[in-house]
Amino acid sequence: MKLFLAFVKKEFQHLLRDRRSMMILIGLPVMMMLLFGFALSSEVKNSSIGILDNAKDESSRMLIDRLDHSQYFSVVKFLDREQEIDQTFRRGEVRIVVIFPPNFDHDLRHSNSAQIRFVGDASDPNTSNIVINYASAVVRDFQNELFGTMKMPYQITTETRMLYNPQLKSSYNFVPGVMTLILMLLGAMMTSVSIVKEKEMGTMEILLVSPMKPLLVVLSKAVPYLALCFVDVILILLMAVFILDMPIAGSLPLLLAESLLFILTTLALGLLISANVESQQVAMFISLVGFLMPALVFSGFMFPIENMPKPMQIISNIVPTKWYYSIVRAIMVKGLGFSYVAKQTGILVVMTVIFFVAAIKKFKVRLE
Amino acid sequence: MAEPVEATSEVEDMSRVSIQNITKTYEKGTVTALDDVSLEVESGELFGLIGPDGAGKTTLFRILTTLLKPDEGKAEVNGFDVVDDFWEIRKIVGYMPGKFSLYQDLSIIENLNFFATVFETTVEENYHLIKDIYVQIEPFKDRLAGALSGGMKQKLALCCALIHEPKVLFLDEPTTGVDPVSRKEFWDMLDLLKARGITIIVSTPYMDEASRCDRIALMQDGKIMEIDRLENILEKHRQPTYSVKGTDRHRLIQDIRSFDQTDSCFAFGEDNHVVFKDSPATDSLLHFLGEKGHMNLTVHEVMPDIEDVFIKLMLEQENHG
Repeated sequence: MKLFLAFVKKEFQHLLRDRRSMMILIGLPVMMMLLFGFALSSEVKNSSIGILDNAKDESSRMLIDRLDHSQYFSVVKFLDREQEIDQTFRRGEVRIVVIFPPNFDHDLRHSNSAQIRFVGDASDPNTSNIVINYASAVVRDFQNELFGTMKMPYQITTETRMLYNPQLKSSYNFVPGVMTLILMLLGAMMTSVSIVKEKEMGTMEILLVSPMKPLLVVLSKAVPYLALCFVDVILILLMAVFILDMPIAGSLPLLLAESLLFILTTLALGLLISANVESQQVAMFISLVGFLMPALVFSGFMFPIENMPKPMQIISNIVPTKWYYSIVRAIMVKGLGFSYVAKQTGILVVMTVIFFVAAIKKFKVRLE
Repeated sequence: MAEPVEATSEVEDMSRVSIQNITKTYEKGTVTALDDVSLEVESGELFGLIGPDGAGKTTLFRILTTLLKPDEGKAEVNGFDVVDDFWEIRKIVGYMPGKFSLYQDLSIIENLNFFATVFETTVEENYHLIKDIYVQIEPFKDRLAGALSGGMKQKLALCCALIHEPKVLFLDEPTTGVDPVSRKEFWDMLDLLKARGITIIVSTPYMDEASRCDRIALMQDGKIMEIDRLENILEKHRQPTYSVKGTDRHRLIQDIRSFDQTDSCFAFGEDNHVVFKDSPATDSLLHFLGEKGHMNLTVHEVMPDIEDVFIKLMLEQENHG
């Protein structure tokens, strides 16, 4: 035990004295959270729109006002002619252009039917879809207010309820995603260089000519990273709750315990890589290209797994990030208890054990 | 603590390190690092492995320290087999690799404490072993190992290798890249350790360090050419050797070699050591060189040293192969 503590102390010293690693370990989560939280948001917020108002009457002005004052849009440009639309899009000045026909007010009030045209920029289909949906919603609101008192024959009104995330905040999606990616990236990459570093520096040669056992070396390498990755989890959660206003719906202790488990999974994976390669560069390459990409693609964070072809869906099952991502969403967003994530937890436990055992078995007690 | 003493006395009579017909190849057998090497090192001996880079010294150390398995042959350290009982050997040997291999981002005292713990001891417990060496680096004990000078690194590495009171100490080229004063100091330290009864095997490419060893093995191309005390080796291979000096050193060595009575000629610093084929032919050599236009020529017989012997043995080995 004393020996183990000495190893752990040494590993902490290595890590804490390596400024670059510490910058990555603490800086990366903060940076990614801020990026996803504020810069890479897929929410519609102050999207710029253009207006081609051929009516210039009371109703059209009211609707334009309504659009401009909603938090989703800001009117940045008034066009005069149909021909200017193309030019405006080419310059990328607006997301959509709203076109009012002449006599908009008259049509609306007298024939009870008026048309508005939305022209969107489909070079970015997702965003323009979302923007147009929001714009339609604003128009619908306006219309309901206008005709609120009137009775219409045959009308189906749909009422949509978005469970767990009524405001459709993207942070509900990306916080679990970022957490998954950060832990995978840091856990696997940082530990993957740890053992091989001793090989490269030559210190492994002395360590081997001593009574120390592989288990001890491998486990002690994991401890400091376990601690720091756990700090990262807490950091991300604090930022999610206090900066991005995202509540933790489920049990915090359960979430932390599951995170600890996932950190162990990634560390075990990193150690397995490290025990198998001969240089830090190869270790980095494997952990980045070989593990980060699948982790990103198959987590379900960016691309829904249900939409993938069958073989890809099957492959996704062996990617640990998929299971952790689903655990975090279940606990954090949906507020579910352990019984709902027991299966995923079990899978992660099995993976972790396999990786650790393989890493220790693969640890060479000689130089060849 | 009675048992270890008993165990020691048991092996007191036998040799500490025994190597029998070890062969080791790399790259799937295409590169032979050690070729049928046999060697015995007695208890308490300061034994030197002497040979140039690539002679196989490091490979031999790695086999003895259980880092590599031999392809063929057997080796024992303190009675333990290097393949089967490797955990036993790892407890009782101290090893200092050729490349500085301590933690550069830990300080002197941190490195020392760490290695003490690895061998389940403490610096305090075995301080008497390292005291003479440690006091020289103690003023810098909080300095990171990576920031030390070559000589200080060497002393720290030796301290770390000694901290668990090893029975056998393996030092792979400990004086390479160290200044002459530190080299001398280092050998003085080895004498002290030897006085404590520690068996030491040390390798070096510097021939002049052979005189500091009890016995030496001359290695070349994975083979041991000679094993004995230095005096005996010199005695055995003594042959008349002459030192020839001149102004135009470059051309001189080529012209001496082209002389038909010359057996071998090698540059030794300022002068050239020449061995003749049959009888010493210094006069005809001088005449020959004079005709070639060499000036300020001097010739005198010299006592062949270990380098002369090494070259002789090397040439013999090449002629055999």
